[in-house]
Amino acid sequence: MSVYLLRRLIQAVGVVFAMSLIVFIGVFAIGDPVEILISPDADQIERERAIRALGLDLPLWEQYLIFLGKALQGDLGRSFVFNEPALQLILQRMPATLELAIAATLGAIVIGLPLGLYAGLRPHSLGSKAIMAGSILGFSLPTFWVGLMLIMVFAVQLGWLPSTGRGDTVEILGMRWSFLTADGLAHLVMPALNLALFKISLVIRLTRAGVRETMLMDYVKFARAKGLSPFRVTFVHVFKNILIPVVTVTGLEFGSTIAFSVVTESIFAWPGMGKLIIDSINVLDRPVIVAYLMIIVLMFITINLIVDLTYSVLDPRVRLEGK
Amino acid sequence: MRKGIRAAKGVTLGAVVSAWALAIGPAPQGAAAQTLTMGVGAPVTSLDPHYHQLSPNNAVADMIFEKLTHTDGQARLQPGLATEWRAVAPTVWEFKLRAGVRFHNGSAFTAEDVAFTLQRLPNVPNSPSSFAIYARSIQRVEIVDPLTIRFHTAAPYPLLPLDMFNVRIIDAETHANATTEGFNSGQLAVGTGPWRVVQHRSGDRIEFERNDTYWGDAPAFQRVSYRMVTNDAARTAALLAGDLDFIDQVPTSDLARLRGDQRLAISETVGLRLIFLGLDHARGENENSPHITDNDGRPLGRNPLKDVRVRRALNMAIDREAITQRIMEGAATPTAQFLPPGTFSHVPDLRPTRFDPDGARRLLAEAGYPNGFRIQLNSPNDRYINDARIAQAIGQMWTRIGVRTAVEAQTWATFIGRASRAEYSAHLIGWGSDPDASHPMRNIIASPSRERGWGASNRGRYANPAFDAALERSLRELDEPTRERMLMDIQRMAAEDVAIIPLHIQTNIWAMRRTLQHTARADELTRAQDVRPATMR
Repeated sequence: MSVYLLRRLIQAVGVVFAMSLIVFIGVFAIGDPVEILISPDADQIERERAIRALGLDLPLWEQYLIFLGKALQGDLGRSFVFNEPALQLILQRMPATLELAIAATLGAIVIGLPLGLYAGLRPHSLGSKAIMAGSILGFSLPTFWVGLMLIMVFAVQLGWLPSTGRGDTVEILGMRWSFLTADGLAHLVMPALNLALFKISLVIRLTRAGVRETMLMDYVKFARAKGLSPFRVTFVHVFKNILIPVVTVTGLEFGSTIAFSVVTESIFAWPGMGKLIIDSINVLDRPVIVAYLMIIVLMFITINLIVDLTYSVLDPRVRLEGK
Repeated sequence: MRKGIRAAKGVTLGAVVSAWALAIGPAPQGAAAQTLTMGVGAPVTSLDPHYHQLSPNNAVADMIFEKLTHTDGQARLQPGLATEWRAVAPTVWEFKLRAGVRFHNGSAFTAEDVAFTLQRLPNVPNSPSSFAIYARSIQRVEIVDPLTIRFHTAAPYPLLPLDMFNVRIIDAETHANATTEGFNSGQLAVGTGPWRVVQHRSGDRIEFERNDTYWGDAPAFQRVSYRMVTNDAARTAALLAGDLDFIDQVPTSDLARLRGDQRLAISETVGLRLIFLGLDHARGENENSPHITDNDGRPLGRNPLKDVRVRRALNMAIDREAITQRIMEGAATPTAQFLPPGTFSHVPDLRPTRFDPDGARRLLAEAGYPNGFRIQLNSPNDRYINDARIAQAIGQMWTRIGVRTAVEAQTWATFIGRASRAEYSAHLIGWGSDPDASHPMRNIIASPSRERGWGASNRGRYANPAFDAALERSLRELDEPTRERMLMDIQRMAAEDVAIIPLHIQTNIWAMRRTLQHTARADELTRAQDVRPATMR
């Protein structure tokens, strides 16, 4: 186990290092931040001053080495537009995004698993057909459009839910959370649902496919023949065996929800990391873009590790040391 | 004032849900008139009034801080923290300061604060675009008494009062050693303005309460919640849902619908942002321009844009009326100059160029291009209202006179760098002016010169010594009527030579509940002090 973890750790360091190089060069190639940030009526002297102030007068390799040196001390640079440490900016907005991603993922599991189970156990019932048709919609409708429709129906037409922003928050451990207030929860419902829609469909389909496949297995037939209750057959023997693909996909989906909930966050003006990164890309705020991608790489590495560890719990045949 | 980003971001609300146009339920009426909830389209990144010269930041800074000179909605200079100003000698400006003004923390406003502010401008660490340019002309500051201050300049400089409306005054006592972080936290966001900061949640919202000891017109609301809702469709929807009382940057495609809504009111004014085409003057008469070829795609061996007849032809080929009506939905004014009617140095007799495709073809033939040539028109697609669509329309209009035009639109971040390196033959771009024609002309038509600080945004590299000399003379003239006449003549000269091809000036649009009224601002700034409860309509 510890050998396995150590090996994973060394791999992770390599990936992070390679990623930092790729991101840095990529960001460098997009365009010139000074051209975007400078006031158009700035004169030549002011432009030269701004280039120096942002450290852009140095050659690329020197900028990268400076970045690397500071990064090793935990400093990922200062945002050009906020004049605050990039890491701090991102961490400040992380709770908002985490909250949204957790709500969406929980929603996907709580809604998706039972529906998928039902559709798998009674594949020919009318209810199952409706569920499967619905899941196709969940896959194919663009988040952007669904988000706007949700706003139009529930905020503009019915007036049940607030259309924008994060609402009241409570401060815990220096971070703001909105799921603890009624107003905050009301603000959370629509963006979370919007994000969850695709995931719900995914979980439904995975679960249904798994159930249908497992139901034909010999051990299920045997369990039935043994006279076990349908409940026990379903929730112990079948359920445990369909969870592996569901856990994998949910884990990876959770990662991409945190990293790329850009569309939902901008439509609902949700002040999370997705909104920060898209604003930063628009103005080429290089330190924030680089820091953000570094954090996302680290996050995916961690999630993958957790997913692998979960396998070994769900299925004893999966051995972590083995390679 | 200059850097507002008015992007037309993809699908707008009207396009998505026009089916919902009817049968909208009753909106909550303005019962909570004590709080004004505003939604703005551009993110505010800092509360430090001297960190980044950027419109959204300036709008918020204008709520907290004040300047020696202010401008009204139509961009005319007004007294601010200074009550009067005059040039007491050719190189000395004297400003009389307002008595009895206090900062939010009770500290008194005096000439010391003005001197302190001017000292800070060039010394804000890490600033991506500082305000130092507005104090560049001042060689020495002289405090005559606590309410009188004099600025000594190297040469006569008529623009000083204009420069001062970009400089927000901070307090020498409160802000000694102030950092941008201190301002951002809200702790040091202490000015003399009508609103004080209660809370700043970066990238989300800023909460204000009224400054009860404000010297000017009392603010009309107890509290203001200033929220950043960058998605156009979502901002409009939030207004319709009653979550926001007031929004800016109304997308032109939603305009007709919002106008028809009984519960809402629209406020608008002609702005100061000119949309124009820059042409390649950098390549000489016998050089190839990068994106111009003959009709078979071979290099021409010369730069046709150096011939004023070609430039005139391209100018005459554009149907500005059609662009304004069809693409801009009426939210623009066709023009041949930088500033809208009613502003200082607007030229009344300089009319928008008449649409004349036949005349354009004749001029092309005269210049030696009876069969035209090929050109590429470059444009941003996320910066100005409907920018890429305007470029496409112009491409078609030019093609009709025989100049076969390929349009390439790309995101601003990649467009602007290449435009600045003069890599384009023709490009569409905008300019937000200070209300004085010398401002745009110094920056985008004057020959680039580090010494004078001119032409840093002259991306076509137009260069005309006669023009530069005339502009230089006007900037030494302290008599305003004389200077205005000089500026008008210079603008006629630039128009005659088609230094750039002006298209239209954008209209600035805000939408709000019918229970509110708003003084629309030509400079695009969205500020709470311009909003009041409506008097009965």
